[in-house]
Amino acid sequence: MKPQWFVRRRLGFGVRPLSWQGWAISGVTLALIVVSLIALRKSAVGDVAVVGIAIAYLGVAYATGGTHRAQSPGGLEDQQLDASSQRPDRLSSRDGEPVAPTPSIADIRSRLAPTAGTIDAPAPVQDSGPVAIDVRHLTKQFGERTAFSDVTFSVRQGEVFGFLGPNGAGKTTTVRTLSTLIEATSGSAFVAGIPVCEENGVEIRQRISVMPEVPGLYSRLSVTDNLEFFVGLYGLRDAKSRIARALEAVNLSSRADDVCGSLSKGLRQRVSIARALLNDPEIIFLDEPTSGLDPVATREVSELIDGLRSRGVTIFLTTHRLEEAERLCDRVAILNTTLRIVGRTSDLRQQLFKRSLLVSTLRPLESPGQVFSAIGAIDSWRANGDEGYELVTSDPRAAAPVVVRALVGAGADVLSITESRHSLEDVYLQLVGEDVEARS
Amino acid sequence: MKNINTTRVRAVVRKEFREYRRNKFIIYTMVTLPVIFLIVPLTSIFNLPATTPLAGIKGAVGSVLLLMLVMPDVLPATIAAYSVIGERDQGTLEPLLTTPIRRDEFILGKAIASIVPAVLMSYLVFIVVMTSLRLGANPRVVHEMWQPAWLVAEILFVPLLAAWSTWVGTAISARSSDVRISQQLGTLASLPVLAVTSLMSFQVIKPTVLVALTIAGALLAIDIAAWRVVSRMFDRERLITGVKTRS
Repeated sequence: MKPQWFVRRRLGFGVRPLSWQGWAISGVTLALIVVSLIALRKSAVGDVAVVGIAIAYLGVAYATGGTHRAQSPGGLEDQQLDASSQRPDRLSSRDGEPVAPTPSIADIRSRLAPTAGTIDAPAPVQDSGPVAIDVRHLTKQFGERTAFSDVTFSVRQGEVFGFLGPNGAGKTTTVRTLSTLIEATSGSAFVAGIPVCEENGVEIRQRISVMPEVPGLYSRLSVTDNLEFFVGLYGLRDAKSRIARALEAVNLSSRADDVCGSLSKGLRQRVSIARALLNDPEIIFLDEPTSGLDPVATREVSELIDGLRSRGVTIFLTTHRLEEAERLCDRVAILNTTLRIVGRTSDLRQQLFKRSLLVSTLRPLESPGQVFSAIGAIDSWRANGDEGYELVTSDPRAAAPVVVRALVGAGADVLSITESRHSLEDVYLQLVGEDVEARS
Repeated sequence: MKNINTTRVRAVVRKEFREYRRNKFIIYTMVTLPVIFLIVPLTSIFNLPATTPLAGIKGAVGSVLLLMLVMPDVLPATIAAYSVIGERDQGTLEPLLTTPIRRDEFILGKAIASIVPAVLMSYLVFIVVMTSLRLGANPRVVHEMWQPAWLVAEILFVPLLAAWSTWVGTAISARSSDVRISQQLGTLASLPVLAVTSLMSFQVIKPTVLVALTIAGALLAIDIAAWRVVSRMFDRERLITGVKTRS
């Protein structure tokens, strides 16, 4: 592989040093020119020497990177693949702070692209494994007001963790606390294995990304300018390739030069996601990423989240969209100042709702109590409208055939019998509703 | 200072310059102010009658030099007053603060982006004024103006006043909730320090190089203290939530 000591400037034929070798060559060249001008100032040889040195310098510069213009996508990809193949997992920036490795375009394509445009059911999550976020008895108070209290949960690496709750429940404050923007009043938390405190703020923020509810883009700057700024804030090099990859991941490469103020809300949200990918974070906090988006844009964001999951990134997702949380999240937590429940949605259903069968008949039964009480597998029953009944049972699968036989025996015309399915929304409303009732 | 990451500071400076270029208000301010500060002193000096007594010439020269020092005081205050509240207004402060940038890096980047254009503009105006006067003004005026003390004062005071004005503007911006109020307060609050330099301009204190250096030293001390204070005032939690962090 050719050394890359120089890089071509965007315009004209200029080159600029890229590495210390480039700077050293430039310094030596400058010194030689100065010496030539001083030593040979009264001779025409001086001019020739200066021109010769300049030509030699340009020759070296072009040979060591000047011809590898970054505008060539193929060239860039090739260079990136070459470079990434030699990189360790975690590099250091100029200032010695940890820097995320740079994945290749092919890598991102394969890892971020959703499969066949559909969102699969969440991949099963191992119950044990490295913990990405660990929160213990965390409390945050603003004076007399409690934002959240005694919150305890953990998120495993690679998990999509949904954080749900009504407005004012403390979700955003939790995200801000974990991202070291604000300080907890009591309790402890670890993010990416690092204790959350002011002293560790820089290190934690280097490893995470936060996408707030508002995209927060500089509306007068272009998409590229916005992203370039954030690459600089992370103290990262290779800005152009990182930006190109992030934009490609959110399918925005063609809008790179657009001014952010001219973009639609959905596109701005995508830019915001691209920004969150720049530092190749271990954990991404997404605060209401689909808030205010139309269904198409919502679906695109959901697909991106799904793509990130397959990339192994831990995602902490706060959302009001329960169907979205149910579809995307491995586990969810419901917060309403205090943590009400944590778990897989299927487990939460079982915890909150008894399993039951929903029976529908053409006409109401004459004596339903007599029919259902005689079935041993049924714990209890209640009428569900005029022609329906809900039968509580610990094992709906075993009870269903027995129920059908009993109903047919009683002369009922059975229309349907299904196991009742409680959605995450039912779980949410049950828990939040309890809180509302308790407060009133 | 030892933990300051220059890459991040440069990123802030570069972004600020890009935003200036696209912000009409800042462009107009940067163009209009130098023009005013160029026309007013030249007019006042060239209109001095040839028979003006020495005291009158000294007074006019003092006014001109003071005017030259108002620009580095006013221009950065206008820009700096927007620095934090502007970020908060457009919703960019929270994403910015969730990056690894440190408080001092953010403030320093903002300060450099505010001080550098003001200093360059002020020096440019000063050079144009001094050169114009040298070429066309009354020789007595030229003699009064081309004093080493004035030149040292101008060269040293401009960046120091710009820095002071920037710290004041940033401090107000960090605590304010409205951009316009922040800019008005920032401009007003940055002016009092001019009183120190006006003592020299109006020859209450005899202008010498030593006096200029002494005042510059005092301004430098004030600037360093102001930076410390502003840095402490910059509280992430307060900026994000509007609530004072617990101590």
